[in-house]
Amino acid sequence: MDIGFLGQYLINGLVQGVTYSLVAVGFTLFFGVLDVIKFSHGDVLMLGAFTGLTIYLGLDPLSLPPSITLCIILIASILSMGFVGALLCKFLVLPLKSAPPLNTLLITLMFGTVIRESVRLFFPNGSNPKPFPELLPTNAINLGNLNLRVDSVLIILFAVVAIVLTNFIINKTRTGLAIRAVAQDEETARLMGIDFKKTVLITFALGSGLAALSGVSTGLYYQEINFGMGLMLGVIGFSAAVLGGLGSVYGAIVGGLIFAALQTIGAIWFSVPAYKDVFAFAVVIMLMAWRPTGLLADRTSERV
Amino acid sequence: MVPSIFRERWPVVLLGLAAYVSTFLFLHLEQEWEIALLLGIVPLVLYFAKKFGISAKCRQAVDAAPVFTRAVFLLSALALIVTLRHEHFALLLLATVLLYATISMGLTIQFGYAGLVNFAAIAFFGIGAYSMAVLNQSPNGLPDLMIIVIGGVVAALIGSLLILPVLRTKGHYAALITIAFGLLFRSFLEVNDILGGPQGLKVSGLNILGWDFAQSFPAILGGGSFYVSYTLLALVLLIGVFSMTRLIESSWLGLNMDSVRLDETASASFGINVARWKIMAFTVGNFFAGMSGALYASMSGFVAPASFNLSDSLLLVSIVLLGGMGNAVSVIPAAFLVVVLPEKFQVIQEYRLLLFAVIVILILRFKPSGLMPRPLRRLINTSSK
Repeated sequence: MDIGFLGQYLINGLVQGVTYSLVAVGFTLFFGVLDVIKFSHGDVLMLGAFTGLTIYLGLDPLSLPPSITLCIILIASILSMGFVGALLCKFLVLPLKSAPPLNTLLITLMFGTVIRESVRLFFPNGSNPKPFPELLPTNAINLGNLNLRVDSVLIILFAVVAIVLTNFIINKTRTGLAIRAVAQDEETARLMGIDFKKTVLITFALGSGLAALSGVSTGLYYQEINFGMGLMLGVIGFSAAVLGGLGSVYGAIVGGLIFAALQTIGAIWFSVPAYKDVFAFAVVIMLMAWRPTGLLADRTSERV
Repeated sequence: MVPSIFRERWPVVLLGLAAYVSTFLFLHLEQEWEIALLLGIVPLVLYFAKKFGISAKCRQAVDAAPVFTRAVFLLSALALIVTLRHEHFALLLLATVLLYATISMGLTIQFGYAGLVNFAAIAFFGIGAYSMAVLNQSPNGLPDLMIIVIGGVVAALIGSLLILPVLRTKGHYAALITIAFGLLFRSFLEVNDILGGPQGLKVSGLNILGWDFAQSFPAILGGGSFYVSYTLLALVLLIGVFSMTRLIESSWLGLNMDSVRLDETASASFGINVARWKIMAFTVGNFFAGMSGALYASMSGFVAPASFNLSDSLLLVSIVLLGGMGNAVSVIPAAFLVVVLPEKFQVIQEYRLLLFAVIVILILRFKPSGLMPRPLRRLINTSSK
């Protein structure tokens, strides 16, 4: 295989990997502060993409330049999904805080189902795939067999900026300090005067905003979105977070990249591309059996 | 003395009769307004029964005579099949309810007793169905009844691949593993040409001891739709699985599982082998799902990957939750509601997943123990005098 093809696989894998990482960071954040898994994460992602599409359709008559439209779409969909995430947390997750973890898991799973079904049933013609606008430049640079699309580079760039920004918020700001404190020890954090509820809500908003970003960038990359896209992306993002070790942001990023790498290997290895997911999930299940708390497990995340 | 026995047991007979009448009407009626009327009447009857102390009496009578109760309910189920024997669609629905209830028994053992999460129930059901499809085609001379059991065994065996990862992980992690397995199973079926790919496989009807299930019910026995045979077999399967579930629940097996669910650390320190009980619950549950799937495959005549979605697994979990986690009895009416209502209300059909998701959210939020919570385990038999 020549180097150009390899580079092509690398770029494609990288685009998917950063998308997965964005989703996985959300999972890891929620788990950090509240020890819960928000299974509706993938569907929030999908809702973010559909929100972006709706805003685009609304802005279309104004015929703004694509870059401004894109900025508006991104900001609006990130903000609105942040709001949805905070609402979900306030009304469905926090009230079940003392219930068995299974209940939280089920309630978010069902909330995700509600989002998915609502989009399918109530979005005009929602059960069919929707074309997503081409807002990124589509020209490509040809380097031998490597066809470097500008939009892939931009999407990777968006994701990297978002991850760096999240990292900055968590490690350098007062809010981030509160998030880390709550993740380490809720009771002590409360004693130190941290507003627990507010911190948790902010974390949920942050994670859901990241999901919206990855939803929109998935739409931009494939130029198509559908109501079921969140299901697979959610499970993959969760696998990535678990693979890296829940509660660790770096683990989530690494996990996302590993999952994309597994899929790429699967696609090259088996000539039938559909086997790539079977392969990737099978490897994840095996890795989990080998290291149940993930590859980069946060030592403090193990609380028995 | 007959009269005194009758005085004690009339509430059971009444219950059986009520179950028969309501299920018959639900299955038989076709107009939507009739069903809606029925849906309005049933809760009203239940409410008044509670108000006038009839339901308390019923509970007492049921507790006092468990064998008699089972006989009454078996009779009303048989009566239901007999009265509906010429209606294809009603029988198909009834058989589906019975098969879904069978899977839900397995889920009750997994979720309700051992506290194991399994979001891949439909995958194990599918494994059973595909086993039937494959084994039924090849001329290996295996009797069909045995294939049903083999379907269960194959499901349990494939499930045992997941045991190690499920045991080593907890809660959310285990949930991920089962969800990933369910997705993996479906994608695998879709790309596998030997198993028919997206089109699936055709399955021929059952033939047990020369009794061809594809023909209409033997005229000597009263005649009727060919679904009668399948419904009877599904009933037998459910009875077997239900009895097993109840036996597990009331025995030391269930006691051990309960303690594993409630506190793993404490159970382990009392010498209970946590892994063993989890393995047992997982395997038995998948076995039930597999058998149910095998029977379903031969009844519907074909299997295809499209019938084994994550949303079906979620529907099954909502059956268990709706009935009350860990209550093997209430799972049956819950399965009935979840399967039959959307079929009867074509309006709902499209919205059923949305509807059930909302109902489950409301239940979890406001009444987490389900509509009929599992009764407390009684270690001393108080009803015997």
